[in-house]
Amino acid sequence: MSLMLKIDKKVNGFLLDVSWEIGNEMAVLFGYSGAGKSLTLQMIAGLMEPNRGIIRLNGEVFYDSSGSINLSPQERSIGYVFQDLALFPHMTVKGNILYGAKGMDKNIRMQKCAELINAFGLKGLEDMLPSEISGGQKQRVAFARALIRRPKMLLLDEPFSALDAPLRIEMRNFLKDIRAEFNIPVVLVTHDLIEAQTLADKLIIYSGGKIAQIGTFDEITGNPTTDEVKRLVHT
Amino acid sequence: MDNSTLFSLRLSLQIASVATVFVVIIGVFIAYILARKEFKGKELLDILFTLPLVLPPTVTGYYLIILFGRNGYIGNVIYEWTGWTIMFTWYAAVLASFVVALPLTIKIARAAIESVDKTLINASYTLGHSEFDTALKVILPLAKKGIIAGAVLSFARAIGEFGATLMLAGNIPGRTDTMPLAIYSHAAGGEWGKANVMVVILTVMSGIFLYIANKYSKRGI
Repeated sequence: MSLMLKIDKKVNGFLLDVSWEIGNEMAVLFGYSGAGKSLTLQMIAGLMEPNRGIIRLNGEVFYDSSGSINLSPQERSIGYVFQDLALFPHMTVKGNILYGAKGMDKNIRMQKCAELINAFGLKGLEDMLPSEISGGQKQRVAFARALIRRPKMLLLDEPFSALDAPLRIEMRNFLKDIRAEFNIPVVLVTHDLIEAQTLADKLIIYSGGKIAQIGTFDEITGNPTTDEVKRLVHT
Repeated sequence: MDNSTLFSLRLSLQIASVATVFVVIIGVFIAYILARKEFKGKELLDILFTLPLVLPPTVTGYYLIILFGRNGYIGNVIYEWTGWTIMFTWYAAVLASFVVALPLTIKIARAAIESVDKTLINASYTLGHSEFDTALKVILPLAKKGIIAGAVLSFARAIGEFGATLMLAGNIPGRTDTMPLAIYSHAAGGEWGKANVMVVILTVMSGIFLYIANKYSKRGI
């Protein structure tokens, strides 16, 4: 399993020009705000079209400007957890999770939903609205909703940024468990150094719309190639 | 209340109800297109649908006669085919109320649809739901308050419709004399007692509709 991308995108004067590849691992996109990390996720998910390039997951072409291929987000089957979680405020916890089970047989859908509710510690909250549950519980609902379809990969856009420190540690472990259980590539966007250190199999450092360095956390901290990378990984 | 007052009240409610059903179906569809789609001539379309809000209703009625009158562009085709004309029927009053009340729902529903968080829409797409599905299950339910507020105001506007209705449906006692038209007739004929009853009914009803619309629209109208 692998994700390969090479994309160009100009948005309001900002130029994103990146190329990287990951295997079945947890990749962390790390860098200052506005470096193009979230933009990259949106293009992998098909929510925004690059100007040029190619995006391929497990050999399947999602986007190829030379072949005029551009699969819709619906066709890509990617789990996406947004920074503000984007839970539907008018649907219950169960309704939100089931909304992710599009196209599944009704019995299987209900069974998978019940399994995820159990596994993610959401029992008893099924009929509550997102506004009635805690921040950590909302995170779990967002993950359950993204995972119920068994997506081909998971994109996480700073999902833990709104949580306090103890809950962040808990959610990092939760994410490791998910990665072990679902065994799919995960791309996590963050600017939290500890998150990058504890979670990244591969660290991809973004700087001003370009890739500054790629490697494991130890490789990069041991040998930062630029001053900016050095500042980033030592703050 | 005498029979003619009751008739006018019932006719007004009937016309406004039917017109509002069409206003909601067509108005929400147009509001969705204007809120979510980018295309050439979009603002022109918006202006076209908003015009009846600012034009004198007699001008709107005049345009409707040109379009739907027996010799109108559309009316003539209908007449040639069926021998029937909408003019001076209660359907004409529905048409007039529909056109005049439509902009209110379009304006308010458009604002409500535009205010739905884009991330929620993106989330729905990444979860495999089509645009139609997303509109039905995410966007419209979240824009519900605005749509209801728009519909209630459109209903109130339809109940009070006078000018375009007079041009298109006439003021035929026992057939097309809605409350505003009947009030005009009673006042012109010096029947102040009858006019007073209807004026009070219309004022109270409109006040109630405004209260409901305000309740449903977050910032008030």
